[in-house]
Amino acid sequence: MSEAHPGLEHHFDSYDQQRESAKLGMWLFLITEVMFFGGMFLLYLIYRWRFPVAFAEGSNHLDVTLGAINTVILIGSSLTVALAVRAAQLGKSKALVVLLILTLLLGGMFLGIKSVEYSHKFHQHLFPNDSFQFEGTSPNNTRLFFAIYFCMTGFHALHMLIGAGIILWLIPHAWRGRFNANNYNYVEGFGLYWHFVDLVWIFLFPLLYLLGRNLGTH
Amino acid sequence: MSFDLNAPAPSAGDRPADWPHNHYLKDKQGLRSWLLTKDHKRIALLYLVSITIFFALGGLMALLIRIELLTPAGDLMEADTYNRVFTAHGVLMVFFFLIPGIPAVLGNFLVPLMIGAKDLAFPKLNLASWYIFNIAGLFGLWALLSGGVDTGWTFYTPFSTTFSNSYVVATVLAAFIAGFSSILTALNFVVTIHRMRAPGLTWFRLPLFIWSHYATSLIILLGTPVIAITVALVAIERIFQMGIFDPSLGGDPVLFQHLFWFYSHPAVYIMVLPAMGIISELIAAFARKRIFGYRFVAVASVSIAVLGFLVWGHHMFVSGQSVYAATIFSVLSMLVAIPSAVKVFNWTATLYDGAIVYEPPMYYALGFLGIFLIGGLTGVMLATLGINVHVHDTYFIVAHFHYVMVGGTIMAYLGGLHYWWPKITGRLYPAFWSRLAAIAVFVGFNLTFFPQFIVGYLGMPRRYWAYPDEFQVLNVLSSAGATVLGIGYVIPLIYFVWSMRYGQRASANPWDAIGLEWETSSPPPTENFLVMPTVSAEPYDFAGRERARALEAAAKEAEVV
Repeated sequence: MSEAHPGLEHHFDSYDQQRESAKLGMWLFLITEVMFFGGMFLLYLIYRWRFPVAFAEGSNHLDVTLGAINTVILIGSSLTVALAVRAAQLGKSKALVVLLILTLLLGGMFLGIKSVEYSHKFHQHLFPNDSFQFEGTSPNNTRLFFAIYFCMTGFHALHMLIGAGIILWLIPHAWRGRFNANNYNYVEGFGLYWHFVDLVWIFLFPLLYLLGRNLGTH
Repeated sequence: MSFDLNAPAPSAGDRPADWPHNHYLKDKQGLRSWLLTKDHKRIALLYLVSITIFFALGGLMALLIRIELLTPAGDLMEADTYNRVFTAHGVLMVFFFLIPGIPAVLGNFLVPLMIGAKDLAFPKLNLASWYIFNIAGLFGLWALLSGGVDTGWTFYTPFSTTFSNSYVVATVLAAFIAGFSSILTALNFVVTIHRMRAPGLTWFRLPLFIWSHYATSLIILLGTPVIAITVALVAIERIFQMGIFDPSLGGDPVLFQHLFWFYSHPAVYIMVLPAMGIISELIAAFARKRIFGYRFVAVASVSIAVLGFLVWGHHMFVSGQSVYAATIFSVLSMLVAIPSAVKVFNWTATLYDGAIVYEPPMYYALGFLGIFLIGGLTGVMLATLGINVHVHDTYFIVAHFHYVMVGGTIMAYLGGLHYWWPKITGRLYPAFWSRLAAIAVFVGFNLTFFPQFIVGYLGMPRRYWAYPDEFQVLNVLSSAGATVLGIGYVIPLIYFVWSMRYGQRASANPWDAIGLEWETSSPPPTENFLVMPTVSAEPYDFAGRERARALEAAAKEAEVV
């Protein structure tokens, strides 16, 4: 980091080059994330195609209300992140800190609601291990639905936790006014990541929660 | 002028005129300056140390395998121990040597130098990738020391998830974590190649080493996350018995194979594409010619990367996939032969009428050509459905993939190390011993693996610790070859270490090669170039350089007159 160009790393020629590199790197990372979740979406696709009724029955045991509230919370947090990136570009440190804290709170609400849902499932013996119990046409296949439900939402929640960790790391930097028009890459990269995690949930919600509604298996 | 490697032993004070006073090895001293370095050149050397250790461990396992197979009876170890030994050999070699090897060591060192950048785009991530790699390695060693894994490196379900009584979770975690280090390296390469090329260095002026690393990085970025989720599911399945791959609960074990090979087939190209990049550099440099059909060789790398994702089903011809799927995978697999053949033919055409210099790295390049030809052609044989069913799970397969991975990747890796060693350390190594080692590797390799084609075709299955008496002659040949091969690996280890202190000092361009990495001192300064380079010529423009030199000489003569 040179004195004349604060925030410009020594191996870059210009802020533009640094920013473009950071952005490209983040998009490439998100491609790997798409492939990672893609593996689970493939499992979902194949098993749902094989066992449509068992999946619909399983889906009807998820709490649509809580899922919908969580969807709204996450979309709200994407808004606060988008505003945070704008605040960073304009160098408004205080607004940035407030928006990051808001995002953190919304993320925390999401994870809180998610853990309530998880504990319900455990109490109902719907966690897919040997204590799994289900009254339905083919309980074993519904167990597969819950296996996929827990894997997908679990990895999604893990990504939320990592995101929360990044926010906690960003806040002190933002507080010290480190981000400005030349140097907001960390905030923008985090924003892209958070939007991606949000987007995964936008797919998970209909596929997991709303799937059974139209198959008439209530 | 080329440096004569056979020159008499140098005296200590013998320095070439362009030997740098300060360079990246000297810049800062102490363990801390190495463990916290963000310099891509030092990180490459850190990787070199780690990877050499894993290679030695994997080689030790190979040694145990070859000793067991000297005699038909299973006498050295139990069948179960043998399973764990060959699994350890596979896991160590694939995940901790072949996949990271060339990109993490030579790629790390050379990508910024070859494109005229000061460093990779994300130096901290680069250092992090080395730490992540070693953490992954520790998980692997932990599994190994606790008693090992008996699933084979492929972790096939439901054996790995339900029945295996060994340390599957620790091992798949090792593979999972190693994936992150691959991804960070690949991401760094792609961003660096896109954003940090020197002025004038257009895409079709890039060295072929860069093209092949670019293609490799794309495969790593698209494939590694899929193996990550696959092995993560294996671990989850093993811990909770959720049923994802368990047929009794409606899960599908073959689905695991699809996901596994979706990455692990392209992984073969992760290993061999960088190797091809090295060979292109070596052949151009030592034939003193521009690579014949440069653009085709460049684009062939990318097309191998793309085709590589469409052929995974050829590992599953006997796993119960439909005949139609098998036929399509068979045809697509044969298509890979086209860009591979483009490369081999173009290298041969480059040699034709070239002014070939038989320096030690060239020995490895020529060895690669012969071995890769056999490896590639048997690949086409194996893509044929009927032959594949006949030789499936026999030593024919073992021989084939060792021809591609050991004969291809390791030959090129060693060739590359010999070629860039003067750049990395600023020192030359003894020419006699390096030629001898190259010959030992070539002879030892062929003696080890060619008999395995025959014994496999005769029906010896892979992964058994005992075999019928009539296969003994070929197996003894194979074990004898492995000994020669082992010696061929140990010799360079000794003289490379020796040369770091006692080797003759190298000039900036000891091979008289062309490329930005040869325009800076050996070893390079920490910031790579004292004056940042610009590029105005086509790659490997040996003819242009000859013309320029002739003009210069003529001008000098005129001056004298």
